[in-house]
Amino acid sequence: MSRTEAGFDDTAVVSARGLKKRFDSFEAVRGIDFEVARGEAFGLLGPNGAGKSSTMRMIACTSPRTGGTLRVLGMDPQTHGPAIRARIGTVPQTDNLDMELTVRQNLQTYGRYFGLSRAHVRDKAVELMEFARLSDRADDEVQPLSGGMKRRLAIARGLVNDPEVLLLDEPTTGLDPQARHLLWERLFRLKQSGVTLILTTHYMDEAEQLCDRLVVMDGGLIVAEGSPAGLIEQYSTREVLELRFHPGTQTRYVSAVEDLAERVEVLPDRLLLYTKNADATAARVSERDVRPLSSLVRRSTLEDVFLRLTGRTLVD
Amino acid sequence: MTEGTPPTRIPAAGVPHARPAVAGRPVGGGPLLRMLPSSSYAGLSFRLVERSVLLYSRAWLVLVSGVFEPLFYLLAFRVGFSSLIGDVTGPDGRPMSYVAFVAPALLVASAMNGAVYETLSIFYKLRFDRLYDAVLATPMGTLDVAIGEISWAVLRSGLYATAFLGVMAAMGLATSPWALLLIPTALLIATAFAAIGMVCATLLRSSSQFDYIHAVVMPMFLFSTTFYPMSVYPPSLRWLVELSPLYHGIELARGLSAGTLDPTMIGHVGFLAVLAAGGLYVASRRIGKLLLS
Repeated sequence: MSRTEAGFDDTAVVSARGLKKRFDSFEAVRGIDFEVARGEAFGLLGPNGAGKSSTMRMIACTSPRTGGTLRVLGMDPQTHGPAIRARIGTVPQTDNLDMELTVRQNLQTYGRYFGLSRAHVRDKAVELMEFARLSDRADDEVQPLSGGMKRRLAIARGLVNDPEVLLLDEPTTGLDPQARHLLWERLFRLKQSGVTLILTTHYMDEAEQLCDRLVVMDGGLIVAEGSPAGLIEQYSTREVLELRFHPGTQTRYVSAVEDLAERVEVLPDRLLLYTKNADATAARVSERDVRPLSSLVRRSTLEDVFLRLTGRTLVD
Repeated sequence: MTEGTPPTRIPAAGVPHARPAVAGRPVGGGPLLRMLPSSSYAGLSFRLVERSVLLYSRAWLVLVSGVFEPLFYLLAFRVGFSSLIGDVTGPDGRPMSYVAFVAPALLVASAMNGAVYETLSIFYKLRFDRLYDAVLATPMGTLDVAIGEISWAVLRSGLYATAFLGVMAAMGLATSPWALLLIPTALLIATAFAAIGMVCATLLRSSSQFDYIHAVVMPMFLFSTTFYPMSVYPPSLRWLVELSPLYHGIELARGLSAGTLDPTMIGHVGFLAVLAAGGLYVASRRIGKLLLS
């Protein structure tokens, strides 16, 4: 095993150095460094096309890297793919459940692909259906299940081999709020039980809820790294003043307000003014006769960090 | 094959954290494990056969219905053609009934058909069900997938070949004990065609392109000395027939059925074995190229 190779942390579950992925002429991942510690919930954030899924697939040993080094559980995916995959769980972005099998059969059959015994997968399926709250649908076909149920089944399936690491690619995309909260709760319980979680998302609330640490990716590179709170502190102001205008008219007011804030972000229907004290800024905005349809004072979130790092900032 | 880890305790909290002791190498295997690249083969291919068995255990009538097709063929020849066509010259130069001449050829042809059509269903599993994406996220590799799917097609063909041979025997068409070797012959031809069929399944872009497969399989069925001996063809055309894998299967089956063994059979077996191994290798590579990019 290559655990002792220079430069790799023994405790790291995943460790990447200068990791690259190229598809023909397009370079999806352009040399990234990161480490994921055991038991951590680690997030990959970024807009579509940032290279998150490509990175996940390389960790999952289902996509060979084209440059750099990568170790998963101390092993090289290029040479130890099956051994690594035996110890990780994968929940893909689009569900690829076995539509010809029932809920229970999906779990049992998938467990068998891991080389597990029949008796083991029989018990495991019961336990996982309990965990995913699917016990009453055990012998139903998969097709008619709701989106949330299918996603829960996909997560349950990813746990069939008791993985040390669970990879989740956009776990709650397309789900309604209730389904998302139930999923978050289940993922939190997994984390509590010691499973390392690695997830991609472009939902900032999800990242704040679940991740101990995250990296923001854009254009195949890591542009920021830290805890959710640390990133907010580093890349945003304490408060934000949101001014809403008729869509399309918001740009007219930029010059009137831009000196009132540290930074102004222009969204299609509103301006975001980044400032230490949003109430005071709001007062000065109205002094200048700028009359938005509505205004809102709030604290900075990860979303603001995201806009700053991956969006087009007007004033920096 | 050894079984996996023993059942572990179920945690009361419902949080799955019991961890089976997984060795560096997943369970399963055999001699292939030592010969093949570890990244594409984990010795778990029969787990995919299990899935097919599970599916067909609910649809066993579909399986059984496949037995009837060759039966109807045999009946048609027995009742119909044999009254029109008298005896023909068998592989050993002695006369034999036309039905006895055609029956072994039909047996391998049905093995071919069964294998090709079963593997074409791989097209749907690959493109629409995304089955192999899920499978390849487990320790299983591309070669496990190829061996697993081809094995199932071969098992299914073997089932039909056995039924076919039973009927042949009942009709008094299989008199030599060598005829028992028709089963391995059918398995060999099924392996070769399943492997090639799987390669085709990975190359097709839409289901309408299945017509290309029909366009090859149909003439192969008609012209591979199925219904008449090679001597019918002018010598300048024979090489073309010899390119047909089905021809090699038919020659083997016909010889065995009549109990006439000759050294050329080794060549036929070799041709089919090379085809099977090559197809298997290419199928595995294609799956990897499509899904592990």
